[in-house]
Amino acid sequence: MTLLNAILRRTGLGIATLFVVSVLIFIGTSILPGDVANIILGQMATPESLAALRAKLGLDEPAHVRYFIWLSDLLTGDLGFSKAGAGAGTIGTPISEMLMPRLVNTLRLATAVAVVAVPFAVTVGLLAAMYPGTKLDRAVTFTTLGLISVPEFLVATLLVLVVAVQLGWLPATAYISGQETGLKLVRALAMPALTLIIVASSQIMRMTRATVLNVMSSPYIEMAILKGVPRKRIILRHALLNAVGPIANVIALNLAYLVSGVVIVETVFAYPGLAKLMIDAVQTRDLPLVQACAMIFCATYIVLIFIADMVSILSNPRLRHPK
Amino acid sequence: MSENIDGNGTEVRFEELPDAPPRRRMRLTWSGKLGVCVVAFWMAIVFIGPSISPYHEADILDEALFIVPGSDNPYPETDYQPPSSVAWLGTDYLGRDTLSRTLYGARTTIGISLASTLLAYLVGVTLGIAAAVGGNVMDSALSRLNDAILSIPSIMLALVVIAAIGSTIPILIVLTGLIYASTVFRIARSLGLDVKVSDFVEAARVRGEGLWWIITREILPNVAMPMATDFGLRFVYVILFISSLSFLGLGVQPPQSDWGSMVRESLSGLPYGSIAPLVPALAIATLTIAINLIVDDVSAHAGGRLAKRMI
Repeated sequence: MTLLNAILRRTGLGIATLFVVSVLIFIGTSILPGDVANIILGQMATPESLAALRAKLGLDEPAHVRYFIWLSDLLTGDLGFSKAGAGAGTIGTPISEMLMPRLVNTLRLATAVAVVAVPFAVTVGLLAAMYPGTKLDRAVTFTTLGLISVPEFLVATLLVLVVAVQLGWLPATAYISGQETGLKLVRALAMPALTLIIVASSQIMRMTRATVLNVMSSPYIEMAILKGVPRKRIILRHALLNAVGPIANVIALNLAYLVSGVVIVETVFAYPGLAKLMIDAVQTRDLPLVQACAMIFCATYIVLIFIADMVSILSNPRLRHPK
Repeated sequence: MSENIDGNGTEVRFEELPDAPPRRRMRLTWSGKLGVCVVAFWMAIVFIGPSISPYHEADILDEALFIVPGSDNPYPETDYQPPSSVAWLGTDYLGRDTLSRTLYGARTTIGISLASTLLAYLVGVTLGIAAAVGGNVMDSALSRLNDAILSIPSIMLALVVIAAIGSTIPILIVLTGLIYASTVFRIARSLGLDVKVSDFVEAARVRGEGLWWIITREILPNVAMPMATDFGLRFVYVILFISSLSFLGLGVQPPQSDWGSMVRESLSGLPYGSIAPLVPALAIATLTIAINLIVDDVSAHAGGRLAKRMI
């Protein structure tokens, strides 16, 4: 079974990658100077209290032991304690408590972006590929090149200037307390979502267009043209069906790209999501919290890349029907 | 035999090889010419920016400069001033001249990005070619390590390291350089592998050339053009990356001006319609779009073999 083999191989590779990434994140935050006990105690650090806290947190163990303790805690959902709220007697707030509301907010944003951006961008990308060299195609190519080569925060600031300041349609910052429902939530989500939609769509459009054009240059399309099949039929029946796999791959890759886009956008709009939490944690050097957030983001990224690979494996008929 | 005559090419026997075919002259389209002009403009600003800027980057403008037209009353505040004859592009959140800071910031932003990209190339190309011509063990060890680094979003990697060791300009350059070395490595390796199996490299090997000769005289010249195209794109990504980090407050630290951090600092003026955050953001955009326009032309010249990569 070629297909099963390919899937198993890819799954194994995905799990191995997750493992290596967790090692890299652990090395990045734990072996470098300045340990968590020092950061938690800060000004109140005395040699005795440091030693006591280190023993309590298990920091006196060697690095590889600490890594496996951290990993098994992570897998059982125990994310440790943040520096935030740490005082004389306490170790700080449990990270899982801090993460949950933020995670919900970020997932809301990501879902809103995916639901709008994917159908819109794929349609426009297809249209551009169906009529290459036309005004529409050139407009799409030019605009998307411009949009992907400028920083996300430029798109965000321009949007704020136009939509929030000049037109006054939407608020310039996204304030979410957690109780919003319906229209209020939509209004809070609108600006950050719009920015991400613009940025993500332009990538998806470019790649969809390139993918379909690539399919269009294959011999069987030439055959169809030569035997006089109408252009529309060639695109919809011959090219599109063969491009579905690669396009799904493009979509998954670009949703993975949202991981870095969301960091900027949540900062611009002060959107209380996971990325904002992580940036704040980096600024206050709250290492356990940074570790937890980084693991969530990296895992999401790897899973999306994995899905992209899966889609391209599954959409390949040669693997689905092995000889 | 061949091992004895490699080295610095002093005893190379096949110095007089047949001439290479005449070089094609590169034709720039109008958009490429525009790109060259814009990039040349910013490169000039890198050198002369501080000397032509009206104020120093850290100068907080005097209130007396802003006189309300038609009266002698100064504005009560100097921050977020709209463009005027005193400050051509307005002032930022502390009342510093946006134009001067943009001119000074060019040096920081472009300098750091260029240094990072060069470092990425030095590390990436060296290791990539080493992996391509070296043995299987070296290749797979380097490639697996590289795959692991590539499977982390670069911004996450940077955030984790900055959280642990802080952010200074040298750290920023080394960190960015190493992160981007992983993509350069992948490209250099695959290009190197392509060239390595070509007939002319085999011919060189058969006539007894040493490894160093093959790398410097056969492989590097053949990967140079695609790598040059890639250098431009990589430079764009590095500019965007450094600016994003600065924008997040984790890159260049104040009071030094840098385009990314300028956007961040003046972001609070945005709801009032201040253009202070827009000017540095547009500066980044003009530079990155201009480089892209040049890259388009260069890659068309190189036969489009290595068309733009979406990484």
